[in-house]
Amino acid sequence: MDVNVNINGKARWIDANTTVEQLIKQLDLANERIAVEHNRIILEATQFPSITLKSGDALEIVRFVGGG
Amino acid sequence: MEKLTIAGRSFRSRLMVGTGKYTTFHEMKAALDESGAEIVTVAVRRVNLEEREESLLSYVDVHRYFLLPNTAGCKTADEAIRTAHLARAAGLSNWVKLEVIPDDGTLLPDPVATVEAAEALVKEGFVVLPYTSDDHHVARRLLEVGCATVMPFGSAIGTGQGLPHPERLKRIIDMVAGRVPVVIDAGIGAPSDAALAMELGADAVLINTAIAKSENPIQMARAMAMGVEAGRLAYLAGRIPRATTASPSSPATGLIGSTL
Repeated sequence: MDVNVNINGKARWIDANTTVEQLIKQLDLANERIAVEHNRIILEATQFPSITLKSGDALEIVRFVGGG
Repeated sequence: MEKLTIAGRSFRSRLMVGTGKYTTFHEMKAALDESGAEIVTVAVRRVNLEEREESLLSYVDVHRYFLLPNTAGCKTADEAIRTAHLARAAGLSNWVKLEVIPDDGTLLPDPVATVEAAEALVKEGFVVLPYTSDDHHVARRLLEVGCATVMPFGSAIGTGQGLPHPERLKRIIDMVAGRVPVVIDAGIGAPSDAALAMELGADAVLINTAIAKSENPIQMARAMAMGVEAGRLAYLAGRIPRATTASPSSPATGLIGSTL
């Protein structure tokens, strides 16, 4: 656990060389309809495997909830 | 009934419903089914990573319902634009129900920021359905920047106060003149409010709280659908003008005991 990233406003330690795709699997979100913003840039799902997270990265992971 | 068409996409139902404020997802699903609605609104929020939460989409069949993500909670144009991008990235469509509402307890939309965000999103190829007040000047601006609908409120969000100013809504409907659908969004409390909105010539209504927080959301969903349908049919049929003098419905002649 040697990379510190901010996910949804909270600091988390993750393994070095973790990709966005791997992180989503670790968070058990692989089967959810989600959207991911990486350092204020929104990612296409096709980019998830190719982006490796670095210390200081900020992620927003969102999904649809009830609303009017 | 003739179909409702928004940005080239046709819908049978003129009732749009929200998915917020239900006691359980099961109740929400049953109410959506009963409403006959095809367009359902959803919000975009951070995934809760501390505590596993059930997914809304386990209860809303995206093949049956057309999901309309909103930008609720966004206080500025930039936040709304960012949220619209996230909603699009989630991969269902490029439609967005635009809401820019400063947090001052009124839930009144910021008209300047709403027009600004709408213009930017339309330029990026979004189909923009903006929540707005009943000010027809703002509605005109939203129309001019290319919004796919105009969605004025009947009254403040969640109040169930109905349509206290139908003449303002009628002014918007007349100004828009069929160029895009006018959807009455917010404030509807009862099927009679929904019917009145449709009688005025609105193309659709959007209801959340009045169904979700009623004592029986499933029955109320059906009642709202009937109100919308009755109001639409009445609009098409053309109501009688209001008269100031009474006129009997039965013949005034041939009465017994008459001398003529």
